[in-house]
Amino acid sequence: MSVALPPLDDLVACPQCDTLHYASALPPNARAHCQRCGIVLMTSQPAAIARVLSLALTAFIMMIAAISFPFLTLDAGGLHNATSVIDAILAFKDGLAFPLAVAVAFFIVVIPLIRLVALIYALGPLVREKPLRSGARKAFGLAERLRPWSMAEIFIVGVTVALIKVAGMAAVTIGPAFWAFAGVVVITVLKDQLICRYSIWEALDQSAA
Amino acid sequence: MGSSGPISGIISARDAGLVACQRCGQVHPRDTAYCTRCEGRLRSRDAESLQKVWAWLIAGMIAYVPANLYPMLLTSTLIERSESTIIGGVVELIEYGSFGIAFIVFFASVMIPIGKFVAIAYLAISVQRHSLSNQHERHRAYEVVEFIGRWSMIDVFVVAILSALVQLDTIATVNPGIAAVSFALSVIFTMLSAQAFDSRLIWDTDRTQHE
Repeated sequence: MSVALPPLDDLVACPQCDTLHYASALPPNARAHCQRCGIVLMTSQPAAIARVLSLALTAFIMMIAAISFPFLTLDAGGLHNATSVIDAILAFKDGLAFPLAVAVAFFIVVIPLIRLVALIYALGPLVREKPLRSGARKAFGLAERLRPWSMAEIFIVGVTVALIKVAGMAAVTIGPAFWAFAGVVVITVLKDQLICRYSIWEALDQSAA
Repeated sequence: MGSSGPISGIISARDAGLVACQRCGQVHPRDTAYCTRCEGRLRSRDAESLQKVWAWLIAGMIAYVPANLYPMLLTSTLIERSESTIIGGVVELIEYGSFGIAFIVFFASVMIPIGKFVAIAYLAISVQRHSLSNQHERHRAYEVVEFIGRWSMIDVFVVAILSALVQLDTIATVNPGIAAVSFALSVIFTMLSAQAFDSRLIWDTDRTQHE
Protein backbone atom coordinates (compact mmCIF):
# COMPACT_ATOMS: atom_id res chain seq x y z
CA MET A 1 0.00 0.00 0.00
CA SER A 2 1.43 3.38 -0.87
CA VAL A 3 0.67 6.12 1.56
CA ALA A 4 2.66 9.31 1.83
CA LEU A 5 4.12 9.03 5.31
CA PRO A 6 5.70 11.69 7.45
CA PRO A 7 9.08 10.96 9.11
CA LEU A 8 8.74 7.83 11.26
CA ASP A 9 9.72 9.72 14.41
CA ASP A 10 6.54 11.80 14.05
CA LEU A 11 4.37 8.69 14.17
CA VAL A 12 3.20 6.54 17.04
CA ALA A 13 1.38 3.24 16.75
CA CYS A 14 -1.12 1.99 19.31
CA PRO A 15 0.53 -0.95 21.11
CA GLN A 16 -2.80 -2.78 21.39
CA CYS A 17 -4.38 -2.36 17.95
CA ASP A 18 -1.54 -1.09 15.72
CA THR A 19 -3.36 2.07 14.56
CA LEU A 20 -1.01 4.79 13.36
CA HIS A 21 -1.23 8.29 14.80
CA TYR A 22 0.71 11.52 14.45
CA ALA A 23 2.67 12.31 17.56
CA SER A 24 2.58 15.96 18.48
CA ALA A 25 3.00 18.01 21.62
CA LEU A 26 0.10 17.70 24.09
CA PRO A 27 -0.98 20.59 26.30
CA PRO A 28 -0.14 20.00 30.00
CA ASN A 29 -2.35 17.54 31.90
CA ALA A 30 -3.91 16.14 28.74
CA ARG A 31 -4.35 12.55 27.62
CA ALA A 32 -4.29 11.22 24.09
CA HIS A 33 -6.41 8.17 23.36
CA CYS A 34 -6.17 5.73 20.48
CA GLN A 35 -8.73 6.63 17.83
CA ARG A 36 -9.72 3.00 17.33
CA CYS A 37 -9.51 1.06 20.57
CA GLY A 38 -9.52 3.97 23.00
CA ILE A 39 -6.57 3.09 25.24
CA VAL A 40 -4.46 5.95 26.58
CA LEU A 41 -1.51 6.42 24.23
CA MET A 42 0.22 9.16 26.14
CA THR A 43 -0.29 11.68 28.89
CA SER A 44 1.44 14.94 29.61
CA GLN A 45 1.92 15.77 33.24
CA PRO A 46 4.41 18.41 34.24
CA ALA A 47 7.50 16.95 35.93
CA ALA A 48 6.01 13.46 35.75
CA ILE A 49 9.40 11.74 35.66
CA ALA A 50 10.66 13.56 38.75
CA ARG A 51 7.45 12.68 40.58
CA VAL A 52 7.68 9.03 39.53
CA LEU A 53 11.25 8.94 40.82
CA SER A 54 10.39 10.51 44.19
CA LEU A 55 7.40 8.19 44.68
CA ALA A 56 9.57 5.18 43.79
CA LEU A 57 12.17 6.22 46.41
CA THR A 58 9.43 6.67 49.03
CA ALA A 59 7.88 3.30 48.23
CA PHE A 60 11.30 1.63 48.41
CA ILE A 61 11.96 2.95 51.92
CA MET A 62 8.47 2.00 53.10
CA MET A 63 8.84 -1.48 51.64
CA ILE A 64 11.98 -2.00 53.73
CA ALA A 65 9.97 -0.98 56.81
CA ALA A 66 7.12 -3.26 55.75
CA ILE A 67 9.33 -6.33 55.71
CA SER A 68 11.25 -5.50 58.89
CA PHE A 69 8.55 -4.67 61.43
CA PRO A 70 5.81 -6.91 62.85
CA PHE A 71 2.83 -7.08 60.54
CA LEU A 72 0.04 -8.61 62.61
CA THR A 73 -0.18 -10.04 66.10
CA LEU A 74 -2.72 -12.59 67.26
CA ASP A 75 -3.76 -13.18 70.88
CA ALA A 76 -6.11 -15.91 72.01
CA GLY A 77 -6.43 -17.88 75.22
CA GLY A 78 -3.16 -16.59 76.63
CA LEU A 79 -1.22 -17.56 73.52
CA HIS A 80 0.47 -15.01 71.35
CA ASN A 81 1.74 -15.11 67.79
CA ALA A 82 3.45 -12.28 65.91
CA THR A 83 3.64 -12.45 62.15
CA SER A 84 5.77 -10.53 59.70
CA VAL A 85 5.38 -10.37 55.94
CA ILE A 86 8.24 -12.89 55.72
CA ASP A 87 6.26 -15.32 57.93
CA ALA A 88 3.33 -15.05 55.54
CA ILE A 89 5.62 -16.10 52.70
CA LEU A 90 7.06 -18.94 54.77
CA ALA A 91 3.55 -20.28 55.43
CA PHE A 92 3.99 -22.34 52.27
CA LYS A 93 7.51 -23.56 52.98
CA ASP A 94 6.57 -27.15 53.90
CA GLY A 95 6.39 -30.01 51.48
CA LEU A 96 4.81 -29.71 48.06
CA ALA A 97 3.80 -26.10 48.56
CA PHE A 98 7.42 -24.88 48.65
CA PRO A 99 7.41 -23.45 45.08
CA LEU A 100 4.38 -21.42 46.13
CA ALA A 101 6.40 -19.84 48.94
CA VAL A 102 8.93 -18.74 46.32
CA ALA A 103 6.17 -17.44 44.04
CA VAL A 104 4.46 -15.52 46.87
CA ALA A 105 7.82 -14.02 47.90
CA PHE A 106 8.28 -12.77 44.35
CA PHE A 107 4.72 -11.45 43.97
CA ILE A 108 4.57 -9.42 47.16
CA VAL A 109 8.17 -8.42 47.97
CA VAL A 110 10.83 -9.27 45.37
CA ILE A 111 9.09 -8.10 42.18
CA PRO A 112 7.80 -4.84 43.73
CA LEU A 113 11.35 -4.15 44.95
CA ILE A 114 12.92 -5.02 41.57
CA ARG A 115 10.49 -2.66 39.85
CA LEU A 116 11.29 0.17 42.25
CA VAL A 117 15.06 -0.32 41.99
CA ALA A 118 14.89 -0.54 38.17
CA LEU A 119 12.85 2.68 37.96
CA ILE A 120 15.20 4.52 40.31
CA TYR A 121 18.20 3.24 38.33
CA ALA A 122 16.73 4.22 34.94
CA LEU A 123 15.09 7.54 35.82
CA GLY A 124 17.54 8.92 38.41
CA PRO A 125 20.05 10.29 35.89
CA LEU A 126 17.21 11.66 33.71
CA VAL A 127 15.94 13.83 36.53
CA ARG A 128 19.41 15.11 37.37
CA GLU A 129 20.08 15.65 33.65
CA LYS A 130 23.11 13.38 33.76
CA PRO A 131 24.01 10.88 31.02
CA LEU A 132 22.06 7.62 31.12
CA ARG A 133 23.36 4.69 33.08
CA SER A 134 24.21 1.67 30.99
CA GLY A 135 21.25 -0.63 30.70
CA ALA A 136 18.80 2.13 31.69
CA ARG A 137 16.47 1.15 28.84
CA LYS A 138 16.61 -2.51 29.82
CA ALA A 139 15.83 -1.52 33.42
CA PHE A 140 12.77 0.54 32.46
CA GLY A 141 11.60 -2.20 30.09
CA LEU A 142 11.91 -4.73 32.92
CA ALA A 143 9.98 -2.52 35.35
CA GLU A 144 7.13 -2.24 32.86
CA ARG A 145 7.13 -5.92 31.94
CA LEU A 146 6.93 -6.94 35.60
CA ARG A 147 3.99 -4.64 36.32
CA PRO A 148 1.24 -7.34 36.18
CA TRP A 149 3.31 -9.64 38.41
CA SER A 150 3.66 -7.14 41.22
CA MET A 151 0.78 -8.01 43.54
CA ALA A 152 1.30 -5.96 46.69
CA GLU A 153 -2.16 -4.37 46.40
CA ILE A 154 -3.81 -7.77 46.03
CA PHE A 155 -1.94 -8.99 49.10
CA ILE A 156 -3.35 -6.11 51.18
CA VAL A 157 -6.90 -7.00 50.13
CA GLY A 158 -6.15 -10.65 50.99
CA VAL A 159 -4.93 -9.56 54.43
CA THR A 160 -8.17 -7.66 54.99
CA VAL A 161 -10.21 -10.74 54.12
CA ALA A 162 -8.07 -12.86 56.47
CA LEU A 163 -8.51 -10.33 59.30
CA ILE A 164 -12.28 -10.56 59.01
CA LYS A 165 -12.10 -14.35 59.09
CA VAL A 166 -9.98 -14.32 62.27
CA ALA A 167 -11.57 -11.35 64.03
CA GLY A 168 -14.38 -13.50 65.44
CA MET A 169 -12.14 -15.92 67.29
CA ALA A 170 -9.12 -13.97 68.45
CA ALA A 171 -7.78 -10.48 69.09
CA VAL A 172 -5.67 -9.21 66.22
CA THR A 173 -3.32 -6.25 66.61
CA ILE A 174 -2.17 -4.43 63.53
CA GLY A 175 1.56 -3.66 63.55
CA PRO A 176 3.56 -0.83 61.95
CA ALA A 177 4.49 -3.00 58.97
CA PHE A 178 0.83 -3.24 58.00
CA TRP A 179 0.58 0.53 57.63
CA ALA A 180 3.93 0.70 55.85
CA PHE A 181 2.75 -1.95 53.41
CA ALA A 182 -0.55 -0.15 52.85
CA GLY A 183 1.53 3.00 52.16
CA VAL A 184 3.61 1.11 49.59
CA VAL A 185 0.42 0.06 47.83
CA VAL A 186 -1.07 3.57 47.66
CA ILE A 187 2.21 5.13 46.52
CA THR A 188 2.76 2.43 43.89
CA VAL A 189 -0.70 3.00 42.42
CA LEU A 190 -0.09 6.78 42.27
CA LYS A 191 3.33 6.22 40.73
CA ASP A 192 2.11 3.79 38.06
CA GLN A 193 -0.64 6.19 37.05
CA LEU A 194 1.95 8.88 36.44
CA ILE A 195 4.05 6.69 34.17
CA CYS A 196 3.51 7.53 30.53
CA ARG A 197 5.52 4.94 28.67
CA TYR A 198 5.75 6.96 25.48
CA SER A 199 7.12 10.06 27.18
CA ILE A 200 9.61 8.12 29.29
CA TRP A 201 10.91 6.13 26.33
CA GLU A 202 11.24 9.36 24.38
CA ALA A 203 13.11 11.00 27.25
CA LEU A 204 15.42 7.99 27.58
CA ASP A 205 15.99 8.06 23.82
CA GLN A 206 16.82 11.78 23.70
CA SER A 207 19.07 11.48 26.72
CA ALA A 208 21.00 8.63 25.08
CA ALA A 209 21.44 10.48 21.79
CA MET B 1 4.18 14.59 23.81
CA GLY B 2 0.86 13.82 22.30
CA SER B 3 -0.99 12.37 19.45
CA SER B 4 -3.58 13.81 17.18
CA GLY B 5 -5.80 12.24 14.58
CA PRO B 6 -5.21 8.97 12.77
CA ILE B 7 -3.47 9.11 9.42
CA SER B 8 -5.90 9.36 6.49
CA GLY B 9 -8.59 7.37 8.25
CA ILE B 10 -7.71 4.43 10.42
CA ILE B 11 -4.73 2.55 9.12
CA SER B 12 -2.57 0.10 11.01
CA ALA B 13 1.20 0.29 11.04
CA ARG B 14 1.32 -3.02 9.23
CA ASP B 15 -0.94 -1.83 6.41
CA ALA B 16 1.35 1.15 5.98
CA GLY B 17 4.30 -1.20 5.51
CA LEU B 18 5.67 -0.49 8.94
CA VAL B 19 6.22 -2.39 12.14
CA ALA B 20 5.42 -0.82 15.50
CA CYS B 21 7.12 -1.39 18.83
CA GLN B 22 4.61 -2.55 21.43
CA ARG B 23 6.72 -1.25 24.30
CA CYS B 24 7.24 2.36 23.23
CA GLY B 25 5.00 2.97 20.19
CA GLN B 26 7.86 3.89 17.87
CA VAL B 27 7.36 2.74 14.25
CA HIS B 28 10.02 1.34 11.95
CA PRO B 29 10.27 0.12 8.36
CA ARG B 30 9.08 -3.46 8.09
CA ASP B 31 11.77 -6.11 8.66
CA THR B 32 13.49 -4.09 11.38
CA ALA B 33 14.35 -6.60 14.11
CA TYR B 34 14.89 -4.43 17.18
CA CYS B 35 13.41 -1.11 18.17
CA THR B 36 15.82 1.80 17.80
CA ARG B 37 14.22 3.64 20.71
CA CYS B 38 13.80 1.05 23.45
CA GLU B 39 15.75 -1.92 22.06
CA GLY B 40 12.67 -4.13 22.32
CA ARG B 41 12.10 -6.97 19.88
CA LEU B 42 9.81 -6.04 17.00
CA ARG B 43 7.13 -8.28 15.59
CA SER B 44 4.38 -7.03 13.34
CA ARG B 45 2.11 -9.84 14.60
CA ASP B 46 2.90 -12.73 16.87
CA ALA B 47 2.31 -15.69 14.58
CA GLU B 48 2.34 -18.19 17.45
CA SER B 49 0.10 -16.05 19.64
CA LEU B 50 -2.95 -18.29 19.46
CA GLN B 51 -0.97 -21.51 20.04
CA LYS B 52 0.50 -20.07 23.22
CA VAL B 53 -2.89 -18.72 24.30
CA TRP B 54 -4.51 -22.15 23.97
CA ALA B 55 -1.63 -24.00 25.63
CA TRP B 56 -1.61 -21.77 28.72
CA LEU B 57 -5.39 -21.62 28.84
CA ILE B 58 -5.77 -25.41 28.84
CA ALA B 59 -3.06 -25.71 31.50
CA GLY B 60 -4.93 -23.13 33.57
CA MET B 61 -8.24 -24.97 33.23
CA ILE B 62 -6.65 -28.29 34.22
CA ALA B 63 -5.06 -26.76 37.32
CA TYR B 64 -8.40 -25.22 38.29
CA VAL B 65 -10.01 -28.65 38.78
CA PRO B 66 -7.91 -29.87 41.75
CA ALA B 67 -8.03 -26.30 43.10
CA ASN B 68 -11.73 -26.82 43.68
CA LEU B 69 -11.69 -30.46 44.76
CA TYR B 70 -8.94 -30.36 47.38
CA PRO B 71 -8.88 -28.23 50.55
CA MET B 72 -7.39 -24.74 50.58
CA LEU B 73 -7.18 -24.58 54.37
CA LEU B 74 -6.61 -27.21 57.04
CA THR B 75 -7.89 -25.95 60.38
CA SER B 76 -7.44 -27.79 63.65
CA THR B 77 -8.81 -26.54 66.95
CA LEU B 78 -9.19 -28.12 70.38
CA ILE B 79 -12.44 -29.72 69.38
CA GLU B 80 -12.19 -30.53 65.72
CA ARG B 81 -10.13 -30.73 62.57
CA SER B 82 -11.68 -29.34 59.44
CA GLU B 83 -10.77 -28.84 55.83
CA SER B 84 -12.27 -26.15 53.68
CA THR B 85 -12.31 -25.83 49.93
CA ILE B 86 -12.72 -22.58 48.02
CA ILE B 87 -16.50 -22.86 48.05
CA GLY B 88 -16.43 -24.09 51.66
CA GLY B 89 -14.56 -20.93 52.69
CA VAL B 90 -17.20 -18.78 51.00
CA VAL B 91 -20.02 -20.66 52.74
CA GLU B 92 -18.23 -20.20 56.09
CA LEU B 93 -18.03 -16.44 55.53
CA ILE B 94 -21.74 -16.33 54.75
CA GLU B 95 -22.44 -18.20 57.99
CA TYR B 96 -20.44 -15.56 59.90
CA GLY B 97 -22.64 -12.96 58.24
CA SER B 98 -19.80 -11.33 56.29
CA PHE B 99 -21.69 -11.15 53.02
CA GLY B 100 -19.50 -8.46 51.46
CA ILE B 101 -16.29 -10.38 52.07
CA ALA B 102 -17.94 -13.64 51.01
CA PHE B 103 -18.87 -11.95 47.75
CA ILE B 104 -15.30 -10.64 47.21
CA VAL B 105 -13.83 -14.12 47.74
CA PHE B 106 -16.47 -15.77 45.55
CA PHE B 107 -15.95 -13.17 42.86
CA ALA B 108 -12.14 -13.46 42.92
CA SER B 109 -11.92 -17.24 43.22
CA VAL B 110 -14.84 -18.49 41.15
CA MET B 111 -16.32 -15.83 38.90
CA ILE B 112 -13.06 -14.24 37.70
CA PRO B 113 -11.30 -17.53 36.81
CA ILE B 114 -14.31 -19.02 35.02
CA GLY B 115 -15.11 -15.72 33.32
CA LYS B 116 -11.49 -15.57 32.17
CA PHE B 117 -11.56 -19.07 30.69
CA VAL B 118 -14.69 -18.19 28.72
CA ALA B 119 -13.45 -14.76 27.65
CA ILE B 120 -10.03 -15.94 26.48
CA ALA B 121 -11.49 -18.91 24.60
CA TYR B 122 -14.03 -16.58 22.95
CA LEU B 123 -11.30 -14.12 21.93
CA ALA B 124 -9.10 -16.89 20.50
CA ILE B 125 -11.96 -18.54 18.60
CA SER B 126 -13.21 -15.25 17.15
CA VAL B 127 -9.71 -14.43 15.88
CA GLN B 128 -9.38 -17.91 14.39
CA ARG B 129 -12.71 -17.46 12.62
CA HIS B 130 -11.55 -14.08 11.30
CA SER B 131 -14.59 -12.47 12.86
CA LEU B 132 -15.08 -8.82 11.97
CA SER B 133 -17.94 -8.11 14.34
CA ASN B 134 -17.88 -6.66 17.84
CA GLN B 135 -14.25 -5.55 17.55
CA HIS B 136 -14.70 -2.83 20.15
CA GLU B 137 -16.47 -5.16 22.55
CA ARG B 138 -13.82 -7.84 22.10
CA HIS B 139 -11.04 -5.38 22.68
CA ARG B 140 -12.82 -4.21 25.82
CA ALA B 141 -13.11 -7.84 26.96
CA TYR B 142 -9.37 -8.29 26.39
CA GLU B 143 -8.58 -5.21 28.49
CA VAL B 144 -10.83 -6.38 31.32
CA VAL B 145 -9.27 -9.87 31.29
CA GLU B 146 -5.76 -8.40 31.36
CA PHE B 147 -6.65 -6.09 34.23
CA ILE B 148 -8.70 -8.33 36.44
CA GLY B 149 -6.90 -11.70 36.15
CA ARG B 150 -4.27 -11.04 38.81
CA TRP B 151 -6.94 -10.30 41.43
CA SER B 152 -7.77 -13.99 41.66
CA MET B 153 -4.62 -14.33 43.77
CA ILE B 154 -6.53 -12.89 46.76
CA ASP B 155 -7.45 -16.34 48.05
CA VAL B 156 -3.85 -17.57 47.94
CA PHE B 157 -2.77 -14.58 50.03
CA VAL B 158 -5.64 -15.13 52.47
CA VAL B 159 -4.37 -18.67 52.98
CA ALA B 160 -0.79 -17.42 53.43
CA ILE B 161 -1.75 -14.86 56.08
CA LEU B 162 -4.11 -17.19 57.95
CA SER B 163 -1.53 -19.99 58.03
CA ALA B 164 1.17 -17.65 59.28
CA LEU B 165 -1.04 -15.92 61.83
CA VAL B 166 -3.10 -18.73 63.33
CA GLN B 167 -0.37 -20.87 64.87
CA LEU B 168 -1.50 -21.13 68.49
CA ASP B 169 -0.19 -24.59 69.40
CA THR B 170 -3.06 -26.57 70.78
CA ILE B 171 -5.85 -24.01 70.60
CA ALA B 172 -5.96 -23.44 66.87
CA THR B 173 -3.69 -23.92 63.92
CA VAL B 174 -4.30 -23.25 60.27
CA ASN B 175 -2.20 -24.79 57.52
CA PRO B 176 -2.33 -24.42 53.75
CA GLY B 177 -3.89 -27.20 51.70
CA ILE B 178 -2.66 -28.46 48.37
CA ALA B 179 -5.45 -26.65 46.51
CA ALA B 180 -3.65 -23.37 47.24
CA VAL B 181 -0.80 -24.53 44.98
CA SER B 182 -3.00 -25.62 42.10
CA PHE B 183 -5.14 -22.51 42.39
CA ALA B 184 -2.05 -20.28 42.23
CA LEU B 185 -0.82 -22.26 39.21
CA SER B 186 -4.19 -21.84 37.51
CA VAL B 187 -4.04 -18.06 38.01
CA ILE B 188 -0.45 -17.86 36.76
CA PHE B 189 -1.22 -19.96 33.66
CA THR B 190 -4.27 -17.90 32.71
CA MET B 191 -2.29 -14.66 33.21
CA LEU B 192 0.34 -16.02 30.81
CA SER B 193 -2.44 -17.02 28.41
CA ALA B 194 -3.89 -13.50 28.41
CA GLN B 195 -0.43 -11.97 27.96
CA ALA B 196 0.28 -14.25 24.97
CA PHE B 197 -2.82 -12.95 23.19
CA ASP B 198 -1.83 -10.43 20.52
CA SER B 199 -4.71 -7.94 20.70
CA ARG B 200 -3.74 -6.47 17.33
CA LEU B 201 -5.18 -9.61 15.73
CA ILE B 202 -8.69 -8.47 16.75
CA TRP B 203 -8.39 -5.51 14.43
CA ASP B 204 -6.80 -7.12 11.40
CA THR B 205 -9.29 -7.23 8.57
CA ASP B 206 -6.85 -8.40 5.94
CA ARG B 207 -5.45 -11.67 7.16
CA THR B 208 -3.65 -12.80 4.06
CA GLN B 209 -0.33 -11.58 5.34
CA HIS B 210 0.09 -13.87 8.27
CA GLU B 211 -1.35 -17.05 6.90
